[in-house]
Amino acid sequence: MKSKARLMQGNEACVEGAIAAGMKFFAGYPITPSTEIAEIAAEKLPRVGGKFIQMEDEIASMAAVIGASLTGSKSMTATSGPGFSLKQENIGYAALAEVPCVVVDVQRSGPSTGLPTSPAQGDIMQARWGTHGDHPVIALTPSSVRETFDLTIRAFNLSEKYRVPVILLMDEIIGHMRERVELPDAFEIEIVNRKKPTVGRDQYLPYKADEDLIPPMANYGEGYRFHVTGLAHDETGFPTNSPAMADKLYRRLMDKIEMHKDDIIQWEEENTDDADVVIVSIGGVSRAADTAMKQLREKGYKVGTFRPITVWPFPEKRLLELASKVKTFVVAEMNLGQIALEVERIIKDKAELKKVNKVNGEAIYPEEIIARIEEVL
Amino acid sequence: MPSALVNEYFRTNKLPQIWCPGCGHGIITRAITAAIDKLGLERDKICIVSGIGCSSRAPGYMDFDTLHTTHGRAIAFATGVKMANPDLKVIVITGDGDATAIGGNHLIHACRRNIDITTIVFNNNIYGMTGGQYSPTTPKFDKGTTAPYGNIDKAFDIPALAAAAGATYVGRSTAYHTQLLISLIENGIKNEGFSLIEALSVCPTYYGRKNKKGSAVDMLEWQKDHAVNISAASKMTPESLEGKFLIGEFKNSPEPEYTSEYQKIIDRLCKE
Amino acid sequence: MDRHEIRLSGSGGQGLITGGIILAEAAILEGKNAVQTQSYGPEARGGASKAEVIISTDKIDFPKVRDCDIFLSLTQKSFDQYSKGVKENGIMIVDESIETGDSKIKVYKLPIIHTAHNVLGKPMVTNIVAIGVVAAISKVVSKEVLEEAVLNHVPNGTEELNKKALEIGYSLGENAVK
Repeated sequence: MKSKARLMQGNEACVEGAIAAGMKFFAGYPITPSTEIAEIAAEKLPRVGGKFIQMEDEIASMAAVIGASLTGSKSMTATSGPGFSLKQENIGYAALAEVPCVVVDVQRSGPSTGLPTSPAQGDIMQARWGTHGDHPVIALTPSSVRETFDLTIRAFNLSEKYRVPVILLMDEIIGHMRERVELPDAFEIEIVNRKKPTVGRDQYLPYKADEDLIPPMANYGEGYRFHVTGLAHDETGFPTNSPAMADKLYRRLMDKIEMHKDDIIQWEEENTDDADVVIVSIGGVSRAADTAMKQLREKGYKVGTFRPITVWPFPEKRLLELASKVKTFVVAEMNLGQIALEVERIIKDKAELKKVNKVNGEAIYPEEIIARIEEVL
Repeated sequence: MPSALVNEYFRTNKLPQIWCPGCGHGIITRAITAAIDKLGLERDKICIVSGIGCSSRAPGYMDFDTLHTTHGRAIAFATGVKMANPDLKVIVITGDGDATAIGGNHLIHACRRNIDITTIVFNNNIYGMTGGQYSPTTPKFDKGTTAPYGNIDKAFDIPALAAAAGATYVGRSTAYHTQLLISLIENGIKNEGFSLIEALSVCPTYYGRKNKKGSAVDMLEWQKDHAVNISAASKMTPESLEGKFLIGEFKNSPEPEYTSEYQKIIDRLCKE
Repeated sequence: MDRHEIRLSGSGGQGLITGGIILAEAAILEGKNAVQTQSYGPEARGGASKAEVIISTDKIDFPKVRDCDIFLSLTQKSFDQYSKGVKENGIMIVDESIETGDSKIKVYKLPIIHTAHNVLGKPMVTNIVAIGVVAAISKVVSKEVLEEAVLNHVPNGTEELNKKALEIGYSLGENAVK
């Protein structure tokens, strides 16, 4: 039997994952380094009866994705930093109107056009706070091509389950890297679909949440004739100026993620049991962290790694546990200290925090992490 | 006692609407339901999409699947709805600022694609919701709160813009010329492609007051006195057309529709 | 553990990223692990571009080349920019047009561009000639799987041309190490 192993690019794995998850609609606008996602989606979607459209701009792409999702199509868009900025208003709309969708951001540097073809992790905080107001966010970051496939599926599943936009926060290293992958068969993949109303049109309240804080969702065209707005609304979905109703809505939106944190949050750690130093990193940088850790272990240093797979919400509880036994956290990231801010907030003075930052358009090399740790040890 | 049309197609429990006394938007909204009624469209297969502004509050009162989106983006949201489910009749309700300023890019590209969306622009020549700022259709030298010395921008001719950008059905009517408006909307919905109907509204509260246009009735009478149907205009002298504006059906030239063209690609690939 | 770190460099449009992809795919066809990354500027044509490939029988964590075993360069600009970091016992394969200066590292200077342009008459197969040379000199992948990988990546109707380009590149490399 021929091996299923093949060489695949991160951006390609993203589309493969999306199609495996049931994506039926993609709207996008060309932007490096995410463009391959649009190109491959354009080629593959019509072959599975799905729709691809290249919109006139990033804002329109995000809008079209929300419109398509309201008809019941699982929908996605992909972009990079500048486009992600442009999409933010409508990402906020999706958060407030609770429309499931997946937004891929293959990060580069910034602000502005920055270094378009070079790797960076400039959007960690944009993914969390990019749109205005308090809003729920889930952001996942893959560190390999296979994980890009898996997390794209997970992004759709979480989005459908919790009715939130889910950000797949990639970086140029993972997006453009090609490596050996073996993809699972369809029967091995878990697919989650949005919760449908069990009542008829007369009883349906589109924003009345169940006990899990998630309201069932009808599709346009099914006869429910419901209203969706970006204004603060009550359970009927119509605008309200009632302070009590607005308060209830905004708090529920945040609480629905808070309540299910344990289901949402994932991380990976290695050699943390006896570690004096733990390297914290995500995405492409974790590959350098792994190499650094192995080389330092060979020299007898007690070094471990901690990799948030869910960046938002951040794996706070576990990091705090580690902080009680780890001497130093070294946060390595391709920006000037965004994850470090979150780590600092969590660990406070329970452990020491050191940073490795790079914004020159080059990857962080293992040697740079090793050098920083050798200063500490 | 609401009319039969209002009873049938409006969410009567959401009435009265928020528009000012004398606003033309109610007439235009009713005209849309009248066109839908005349066409006998399947009620549950209609999706009405709007942006932000006075006009964009209309879908909230209309008993269909309705989507009130972000400022300027109604047509882009509607494009997603229509692409994902071409069985839906998609109608966009938008204003002059929403459609041609912040949303101008989406408008011209939807025209260019000829996607089957019927867009009704409620043109009141002003940003009403935010209190009377000049818009892309405020006539030159008229005033707005942000044009205290008179507007020096040239106004858009929205139907001409849409026709040039590739819309396949284009017309204009007014809040006064309701029957014409209903028939244009009817034909626009029937056109399988992008249709744009400019519905000239009246805003006595902001545009009217700022520019001394009188009461709502005065403004409607102005529409009556200054509108010339395009079919009559061809027989008129340039002198007699001075100071008038055209209404009627400006363009009706069907071309292949976007979602049908995309479906052909799907069908071809699925046969392979 | 058997591990090779390869850097292919040249100017945009010479197809070296595709060349890197083909090498990585050939390694996978041989049952090994492979990672391919790239670095390029805004130019679709011209500029300096590099593709890096790591082939290993083991898991590959960090995907970029750190200790370069095999360095290929087709332009002076890419040589100047990317030739640092080649191991002392590594090899450099450069086009005959390149001035390498003094080097302790073993250098193979070969008419790669000339072969594609003048012998084969098709500049578009420069990358295939180049990876033929690389495979023949370094033996990182076998000629047979490399040909399979090449055929997976070339446009329909150009199979014979590319097979020939690979063949000629491979002989160029074999003769160089004789």
